[in-house]
Amino acid sequence: MEVKINNIRKEFDRFAALHDVSLNIASGELIALLGPSGSGKTTLLRLIAGLDFPTAGQIFFGEEDASHHSVQDRNVGFVFQHYALFRHMTVAQNIGFGLKVRPSASRPPKSEIKKRVSDLLDMVQLSGLENRYPNQLSGGQRQRVALARAMAIEPRILLLDEPFGALDAKVRKELRRWLREFHDRTGHTTVFVTHDQEEALELADRVVVMSQGKIEQVGSADDVYDRPQSPFVFSFIGESSHLPVEVKDGAVLFQGEPIGISQGSDSAGDLFFRPEDVVLTDEREALSGKVTASRRLAGTRIAEIDIANNGHAPFHVEVEVPLHAPIELGSEARFRPTRWKIFTK
Amino acid sequence: MTASATASKAGWRLKQPSIIPGFGLTLGFSLAYLSLIILIPIAGLLWRTADLGWSGFLAILSDERTIRALYISFGTAFIAALVNVVFGTLLAWVLTRYRFPGRRLIDAMVDLPFALPTAVAGIAFASLYAPNGWIGSLFMPFRIAFTPIGIVIALIFIGLPFVVRTVQPIMEEIDREVEEAAATLGANRFQTIFNVLLPGLTPALLTGFALAFARGVGEYGSVIFIAGNIPYVSEIAPLLIVIRLEEFNYAGATAIATIMLLISFAMLLVINLIQAWSRKRYGNV
Repeated sequence: MEVKINNIRKEFDRFAALHDVSLNIASGELIALLGPSGSGKTTLLRLIAGLDFPTAGQIFFGEEDASHHSVQDRNVGFVFQHYALFRHMTVAQNIGFGLKVRPSASRPPKSEIKKRVSDLLDMVQLSGLENRYPNQLSGGQRQRVALARAMAIEPRILLLDEPFGALDAKVRKELRRWLREFHDRTGHTTVFVTHDQEEALELADRVVVMSQGKIEQVGSADDVYDRPQSPFVFSFIGESSHLPVEVKDGAVLFQGEPIGISQGSDSAGDLFFRPEDVVLTDEREALSGKVTASRRLAGTRIAEIDIANNGHAPFHVEVEVPLHAPIELGSEARFRPTRWKIFTK
Repeated sequence: MTASATASKAGWRLKQPSIIPGFGLTLGFSLAYLSLIILIPIAGLLWRTADLGWSGFLAILSDERTIRALYISFGTAFIAALVNVVFGTLLAWVLTRYRFPGRRLIDAMVDLPFALPTAVAGIAFASLYAPNGWIGSLFMPFRIAFTPIGIVIALIFIGLPFVVRTVQPIMEEIDREVEEAAATLGANRFQTIFNVLLPGLTPALLTGFALAFARGVGEYGSVIFIAGNIPYVSEIAPLLIVIRLEEFNYAGATAIATIMLLISFAMLLVINLIQAWSRKRYGNV
């Protein structure tokens, strides 16, 4: 099911949680809503589900304007961060709940419900646990029960609110891979909310980066990492450093001095670059600063460099340095960004 | 397997107290306190009853007036506790779910039956529900005061805060997400309340019921004013005990008290077992 979000605005007591957000989700896509807390990602998910209603704007499920349909009528699967399982029901009763509460005209017969539940248990790899109660399951198992419960109603879209947020790191990684496979197998249009960029980049077809109630950028993992379109995206996704610069006659100047890189038009703004997109150099035209710390990070080494700022607090940047050429603490390091972006002010 | 077998063979063992001191002191104090306040008086009660001998005890137990009084006491307390479970839950729901002017006032009023001298309540009810009272006159010729129905009304008043105050905190803790989950699965409001929310409240409802029921069985002050105290019809067991005392029939009084004690204890034990079972099943929340 394709979902179209048109100019959605949501206010809570005059405080705008979402400003004029638009987004098209293709059928069968796996989309991540990524952002820091308070960015409006969960609000957007709840609006799609119908757990809240927008102040303005529309939400289309296919051709149908679902904006004012109740949550019951939208037929969406929703998975909560803390599972929200019914703790007085067994696993099987939890999963069958959505079918059991249907009006008698569309309710499948008991045997059919039983079969559907056992199929779903197979699908989430929990066969044999149908008579357990939720408090007898581990966190990862509970979340899979919650997913099976959401899938039981054959939802038009599947929405997950920080689905792995309450789990420990190892289980989270397993479930992440498992969800990807699950999605590829079932082909449901899926939207999930996360504040974990690794999760979003690894799992999603497209990532929607949000900040302060607005969409900053929508794109593939490569797009948002390699071609960030705003200072927020550049600093929120991955590691980065930034310095105030000017561009004059094509040359990029830092503190009035050329640093050996050039760009088209004259402007002033912030130069952003990633630690790995830097080369150490002996040339005079370069950035230079004092190495204050160096740390080993898996297969790389990161040097922290302070660049003097005329008596103000120094600029702090991080630069990847070769593993075999350790850099001496307190020494002077000269480097140039090899890939960068200047966001004009 | 072997480990669990040895553990079960070892049977009861003191749970290893933590290194923080105080276990001996607090347990000792609790036992001393319980003995003084509860165990010794109850032992005295049983001692006095034993004076009667088995045949004397059975004679009192099979006395028609005793049986009727016990029946009225437990029956009215049971009905009142049931009514309180329904209306107390409703009241707790209104107080936790909605914000309206006067909410805090109503919330405070719930505790009034705790504080008000029960005799005052009894006299107020008696005058309101009497055949010539404001409310009682509306129902004539059907009589409310001076019948078991009057007793039930007094006991509803006495037991209400027990239900509200046990259910309210659990209701406040209900996770909004659970209701939302039910809604996304297509459940309407009615189904959400009856299939999802109320079953989760069962342990609290049982506790509230047990407390209201126990309180109702022992209630004396408010009931004797509204009951009319007609032997075989509206005479409660506590009143019969007082009557026996006034006749200096101490053994007879303690015998009735012992029977009440046994029945109450058995009923509360059953309720507690049901609670323990449901806690074990659904997790202690």
